[in-house]
Amino acid sequence: MTSTHPSLAGSSDGSDAPKRLVVVGGGMVAHRLVEALRDRDADGVWSVDLYCEEAHPPYDRVALTSYFAGQSPTDLVLGDQDLGADPLVTVHLGSAVTAIDPVSRTVRVTEGEQPYDALVLATGSSAFVPPVTGADLPGSFVYRTIEDVQQLEGWVHGLGDGVRGVVVGGGLLGLEAAGALHGLGVATTVVEFADRLMPLQVDEGGGAALRRIVEGMGVEVLTSTASAALHPGADGRVSAMEFGDGTKVDAEVVVFATGVRPRDELARAADLVIGERGGVVVDDGCVVSTGSTSGGSTSGGQIYAIGEVACIQGRTWGLVGPGYTMAEVVVDRLLGGEATFPGADTSTKLKLLGVDVASFGDAFAEAPGSLEVTYADPVAGVYKKLVMSDDAKTLLGGVLVGDASAYASLRPMLGAELGSDPNAWLLPEGSGAPVTGDLPDAANVCSCNNVTAGTIRASVCEGGCTDLGAVKACTKAGTSCGSCLPLVKRLMTTELEKSGIEVSNALCEHFAFSRAQLFDIISVTGLRSFSEIIGQHGTGRGCDICRPVVASILSSLGTGHVLDKDLARLQDTNDHVMANLQKDGTYSVVPRVPAGEITPEGLIAIGQVAADYGLYTKITGGQRIDLFGARLEQLPAIWKRLVEAGFESGHAYGKSLRTVKSCVGSTWCRYGVQDSVGLAVDLELRYRGLRSPHKLKLGVSGCARECAEARGKDVGVIATDNGWNLYVGGNGGFTPRHAQLFAEDLDTEELVRTIDRFLMYYVRTADRLQRTAPWVEAHEGGIEAIREVVMEDSLGICADLDAAMAAHVDSYADEWAATLADPEKLSQFVSFLNAPEAGDPDLTYVTERGQRRPATADERGTLIAGATLEVRS
Amino acid sequence: MSAWVSVCTKGQLISERGVAVLVHDQQVALFRVTGADGSDFVYAVGHRDPFADANVIARGIVGSVGSGSEQRDTVASPMYKHVFDLATGECLTDPSERIPVYRTWIAGGVVYVHPVPLAPSLVA
Ligand code: SRM
Ligand SMILES: Cc1cc2nc3c(=O)[nH]c(=O)nc-3n(C[C@H](O)[C@H](O)[C@H](O)COP(=O)(O)OP(=O)(O)OC[C@H]3O[C@@H](n4cnc5c(N)ncnc54)[C@H](O)[C@@H]3O)c2cc1C
Ligand code: SF4
Ligand code: FES
Repeated sequence: MTSTHPSLAGSSDGSDAPKRLVVVGGGMVAHRLVEALRDRDADGVWSVDLYCEEAHPPYDRVALTSYFAGQSPTDLVLGDQDLGADPLVTVHLGSAVTAIDPVSRTVRVTEGEQPYDALVLATGSSAFVPPVTGADLPGSFVYRTIEDVQQLEGWVHGLGDGVRGVVVGGGLLGLEAAGALHGLGVATTVVEFADRLMPLQVDEGGGAALRRIVEGMGVEVLTSTASAALHPGADGRVSAMEFGDGTKVDAEVVVFATGVRPRDELARAADLVIGERGGVVVDDGCVVSTGSTSGGSTSGGQIYAIGEVACIQGRTWGLVGPGYTMAEVVVDRLLGGEATFPGADTSTKLKLLGVDVASFGDAFAEAPGSLEVTYADPVAGVYKKLVMSDDAKTLLGGVLVGDASAYASLRPMLGAELGSDPNAWLLPEGSGAPVTGDLPDAANVCSCNNVTAGTIRASVCEGGCTDLGAVKACTKAGTSCGSCLPLVKRLMTTELEKSGIEVSNALCEHFAFSRAQLFDIISVTGLRSFSEIIGQHGTGRGCDICRPVVASILSSLGTGHVLDKDLARLQDTNDHVMANLQKDGTYSVVPRVPAGEITPEGLIAIGQVAADYGLYTKITGGQRIDLFGARLEQLPAIWKRLVEAGFESGHAYGKSLRTVKSCVGSTWCRYGVQDSVGLAVDLELRYRGLRSPHKLKLGVSGCARECAEARGKDVGVIATDNGWNLYVGGNGGFTPRHAQLFAEDLDTEELVRTIDRFLMYYVRTADRLQRTAPWVEAHEGGIEAIREVVMEDSLGICADLDAAMAAHVDSYADEWAATLADPEKLSQFVSFLNAPEAGDPDLTYVTERGQRRPATADERGTLIAGATLEVRS
Repeated sequence: MSAWVSVCTKGQLISERGVAVLVHDQQVALFRVTGADGSDFVYAVGHRDPFADANVIARGIVGSVGSGSEQRDTVASPMYKHVFDLATGECLTDPSERIPVYRTWIAGGVVYVHPVPLAPSLVA
């Protein structure tokens, strides 16, 4: 054998004898190389000699930790078939290569020099132990080989119970080792020099999530901590670990998982080019440089380096995936091809200590302008982050900790457009499943069976598949490993939803009902929380249309204060802070002035508050005073003053009763025939706070001259010699309407009862933002029919309407007074939760006609932000 | 990059009701959004409504657009009811504007916001 002269790879010199390939290192990558070569080299061009330093045939190092779960070294052996059973492969177990000679094309082994036609270095890495005093004490281990784990296990068993251990290094390996120690019953501390666990794979958020999970399992974690020394006990074995800050912990076993160093010693001795940080430098074809001048191969006798020992494209790879790719490249080259290493990514999905961790693509958002979308649920121990391109469309990378179920779907989408909402990929199943509707048709969904999203869609649209079984049968997707099934299902559901026909006069996309239908549903079912209502009768989270509608319905049905928890989140900001939002983000304050009647003391009190807070003051068209420019955090203090002065909320913000406008009436006016102010006050106090589909305005005039413009109101009352005439369905605004006569010459009791029923019937049956005029118009049978309902009880609901109004009147309480008495509600009145005293610094004002007003955009440019009239806070 | 700013405790956030916080000198709107399935997430977006040029986003109504697999969590600005995607900051009713999106991090019940927005607002 030694005399056979080697021939060129790929050349045909007519020799029948196979060429000789020597592979150094029987690790994972070497195994893949030999297996792939024997697979493809059908003509037997190559024979292989595989030299393994370890006593075991190539085994699954990635699964090393499963040794502690009962896998024997034989279980870990790679491949279905014994490599050595192949006549063209000779496996030399426990046989290290001690030197290589590129000139004579030989390697040295115990038996002497062995020639080669091609040589592959696949010597992997060795565990790196930092130069820490005492690192060589008995009880100190590394974590790389079957021998390592066997010795570690033996040591721990020998120590008995109550063993304490330290793992130095909080990376992937360290956590594997910690898992092993923990599993052996060792009280384990992981010490990491960086500020988080797995600093190379996960970002800060992921590291923190991981830490919580790991600590939750009872493994102690110390980050930003350096290991200084191992100290021996009296028996000479390790007994304590000392850290950089001088503190110590007891440790009878220490495992170093502080990284690896390429085993490039053979290459160094042979003067091959070595990378800056170690590793045998190879070109894209995995060919080593055999000397300072040679850039690659010329005349055969090629030397290749693959796996962890290779320094390719300027770096080494500590993962098995890139090593496997290199193995394939070399196999191709050995068989005459010209394959090159395409690069690899560091995507990893692991289960460490039972925790899913995945990291893929640009996990640290290093691409310029990239955006990060994160989801974190510390309780469930989940952290997920996607890195997106600057337009938030293209997936660049991600980190998944605690729940890596999306990895299988996301990994193939790297570099592709994710669809409309990246966040949907991160939310837990059910709350917002991945947006797969936008997955490109060409995206490969099932990699086992090579089925694209387009094929799955077509099976639903054109193939008529309506359930998962049919889609599977039709496309074969999901029929192998099954990992793509959730994705297949979502694609199918989306497609089905799209083809469903939806026609309705729905309130909004979340409720397929009109407001009136919803009112019935809510009052019949007795549901009193939005989550229940939308959960049972709607979809999604609701929106700015249906939420206030439900809030209004619940309020009409008498469910407490507008700021009560479930209601608070349904309210428009006006209702929420019980004030009216202004263009600059401040609010206006309108105390109720029933019927426009106000005492001089009341006027002074309002004026004083306005002066103290620098509020712009104006008499409104509703016979009361509006105070403008109050900041959110000022509202409670302003209202405290107003409430103390006897005022209450004017509901200028609410879809509810605004004002009952009055004229001065018979009390002073020489023409007045009834006490219009008295009635207006009574009506305003009766209906104040009544939540309705739209705002409600009333007016009471003391005679037919109609100074209160009552016929411009939803409910207008005009005094007659015999009592009151009642008009309904008037408004000003965009489409002014005059109210129509509803009933004549009612006494006060009849009048009030009729208004009660009219309003309550409107509240129950009108559409959202439908004022009384269009409601009357739209009502079947028009005003006549309404008159029959209200005055003749044609529907038999009058008792009900009366009771509802009585309940409203009885339960009325001033919202502002109630809020002031409730610290929890008050806590919402801050401009900034973390700076409760601060106001919005962007507000700027100018003075005009003796009062301040918001600066215009132009004026703001010339003002220093916040520079304004002095305002008491 | 230990720049996370602690702004409040999670307990201070009312589900699906926004609140503004100062993150250094930036006004950030936080929204805690929960689901029937027990999910519980805190979004952080810019507090300024680009259409109104006023700091009011935190006072908007939380909601969603789309259903099933296409559901997006949203907030409707209280000013002119523009609807913004809480996750991306996109304005769904008028794509000419968007609001910045910030990362949030919750640890030990404390809510942290990263001061570097993920999406630069298109309006200076
Ligand atoms: C302050 C005031 C103007 C003033 O300076 O006088 C006013 C101010 C607003 N009106 Fe008005 N309206 C005011 C009297 C009126 C009147 C006159 C009246 O009530 O006699 C009308 C016509 C009568 C009517 O309503 O039929 C009126 C017809 C409207 C409309 C149109 C309604 C319609 O059906 O078309 C709106 C828009 C709406 O509600 O959708 C509106 C809406 C508004 C809002 C709420 C707009 C908004 O959302 O910001 C304004 C904010 C009030 C605030 O910040 O305090 N305001 N508004 C008046 C407050 C009255 C009060 O004391 O509560
Ligand atoms: C506990 C653990 C968990 C891991 N988990 C993952 C994971 O989840 N995902 C992942 O991608 N990677 C993981 N890795 C890394 C992965 O195992 C390595 O990337 C991979 O094994 C590298 O393969 P290799 O063939 O290049 O080197 P190795 O597998 O190290 O094989 C090199 C072999 O060569 C032998 N050798 C060295 N010098 C000589 C010589 N002169 N003569 C003869 N033989 C020699 C060595 O003894 C060794 O057996 C893990 C590693 C460990 C230790
Ligand atoms: S309506 Fe005019 S006229 Fe009649 S009483 Fe009132 S003020 Fe006087
Ligand atoms: S990926 Fe579809 S069955 Fe495996």
